[in-house]
Amino acid sequence: MSRSLLLKALGLVVIAALIFVPLTLNRYGIYIMSLWAIMTIAAMGLNLTLGYAGQVSLAQGAFVGLGAYTVAIMMTAGFGFWLPLVLAIIITFAVGWLLGYPALRVQHHYLAFVTLAFSTLVFLVFRNEEWLTKGIYGIMGFKRPSAFGVSFQKPIEFYYFTLGALALASAFMAWLVRSPWGRAFVALRENPIRALSLGVDTRRYTLMAFAIGSAMGGFAGALYAPLVEFIDPTPFTLALSLNLLMMVIVGGSGFFFGPFLGAAIGVLLPEWLRFAHGWYLIIYALFVMLLLIKTPTGILGIVENMIAARKTRAASAARAAASAGLDKA
Amino acid sequence: MTRTLLEVQGIRKTFGGITAVDGVSFEVREGEILGIIGPNGCGKSTLFNCILGQLPPTEGKVLLDGDDVTGLRPSEMNRRGVSRTFQLLQVFPQLSVRENLILAGQEHKGTMVTRLFGPRDAGLTPDANQIIEFFRLGHLADEKAGGLSYGQQKLLDAAMAFMAGPRMVLLDEPAGGVNLTMLGHLEERLRAMNTERGATFVVIEHNMDFVMRLCTRVVVLAEGKKIAEGTPAEVRANQAVIDAYLGH
Repeated sequence: MSRSLLLKALGLVVIAALIFVPLTLNRYGIYIMSLWAIMTIAAMGLNLTLGYAGQVSLAQGAFVGLGAYTVAIMMTAGFGFWLPLVLAIIITFAVGWLLGYPALRVQHHYLAFVTLAFSTLVFLVFRNEEWLTKGIYGIMGFKRPSAFGVSFQKPIEFYYFTLGALALASAFMAWLVRSPWGRAFVALRENPIRALSLGVDTRRYTLMAFAIGSAMGGFAGALYAPLVEFIDPTPFTLALSLNLLMMVIVGGSGFFFGPFLGAAIGVLLPEWLRFAHGWYLIIYALFVMLLLIKTPTGILGIVENMIAARKTRAASAARAAASAGLDKA
Repeated sequence: MTRTLLEVQGIRKTFGGITAVDGVSFEVREGEILGIIGPNGCGKSTLFNCILGQLPPTEGKVLLDGDDVTGLRPSEMNRRGVSRTFQLLQVFPQLSVRENLILAGQEHKGTMVTRLFGPRDAGLTPDANQIIEFFRLGHLADEKAGGLSYGQQKLLDAAMAFMAGPRMVLLDEPAGGVNLTMLGHLEERLRAMNTERGATFVVIEHNMDFVMRLCTRVVVLAEGKKIAEGTPAEVRANQAVIDAYLGH
């Protein structure tokens, strides 16, 4: 069987599992699967900013929070779901664009600190601006959406809703990274000075990488609010940003499917390890550390290395065969 | 006499108390291959960076076709038809040879919006293939640039500078670290670019044989100043150049 056929078959199996397995799960299991879909979208956004365009950000969690609060605040004000969703994407796009400006001047860990400060600032706004966010009391009293007469109230219904959103986000991302923009983002990551000398407007692409990545975070947040049906500042601390960063790196930064795997490890693995009770966080931390020591390029990095090694072996074998042929002649 | 394409007027660049380039003026005529030579640290690369907007000059002007282009961003200079290579190798290792070339051309087509919604290769695959064939990199077109040998990457680096059909190319030490066979190949391809396509070049180089064979005119810098200008033969016979750079 050829490799592409094998990959297609694997893809179909995974999609079928995503559709049918949750039917067998309890309420909590379905919640975790929905959370995985949402975190995958947020990690996908960070993967664009960090993995493709090479701009370090410790603020993706803040954008998830901005999206969630936009939806929660507007839904409790009676705006339904769809308008707040669109607005959440627009707001996070605009704020992400603005956060991109420091990236035009500072890079790497300096940029990480700038985005970390932004993340803290956003958290403080969520916690302290009670007139808007209800502070630590949080916002409740908003419902899950419905569309074209189909309700997404029940956990399984809402899971399929998030799965649809994930499919949409994936299609968008696949299209974006395969477009000339995707190539320009990679150029920005690999060598911004050379990119600039080839006519790539690195300034605009940097801002775009931040804006689009952040808007994906906002989109994820807009789905997170109706999933949990209660929004307070606690989930949007720096820990969420760090967790999303870990998902991107563990899955394979700059690989399209990296965030899917990374989010699976970040969301599902701690749940599977619950049997270990108090030890589960320690096991989880050790697993992540070992994984990163073994494969600094993430899980998909190993797969790529294996494919490259196989290609090299095949090429060496072909060369050896060719030289053996020459000897005979 | 052919038209002047680029005019550099009294470029000066200081870094704190150090003057890297000190009032250098010269012009580049359409269709010529101009060499810039001089000892290490004489300001050749800084001069390139000032011309191309990588660094703002402290004083002086750069005119392209008579238009003042001093201090324009490198991307804007590139879109106006001036492209370059760098002293150190600069290709995109994770992209294939063809993707490197498409990248080098895509920003010259349409706007950001049309590029986003247009074809994946920005319609540049035929152009890229042509350049690949011209530089005889056909067998490597789908290889990742990072997997190529140093000489092959150097060739790709030069090829990228030609992708957008530039009016002028500034090459910073194209022969550096390239073996003799590859160097002959590079020289032959650059000459072909010049004669067949009328490309104009400015070449910084330490390999004197390469410069003397390839260039029609040579500018010599020493300690940030221009000390001589003329045909390769004139420059080689110039006492100031012999003292400062060539030696006896």
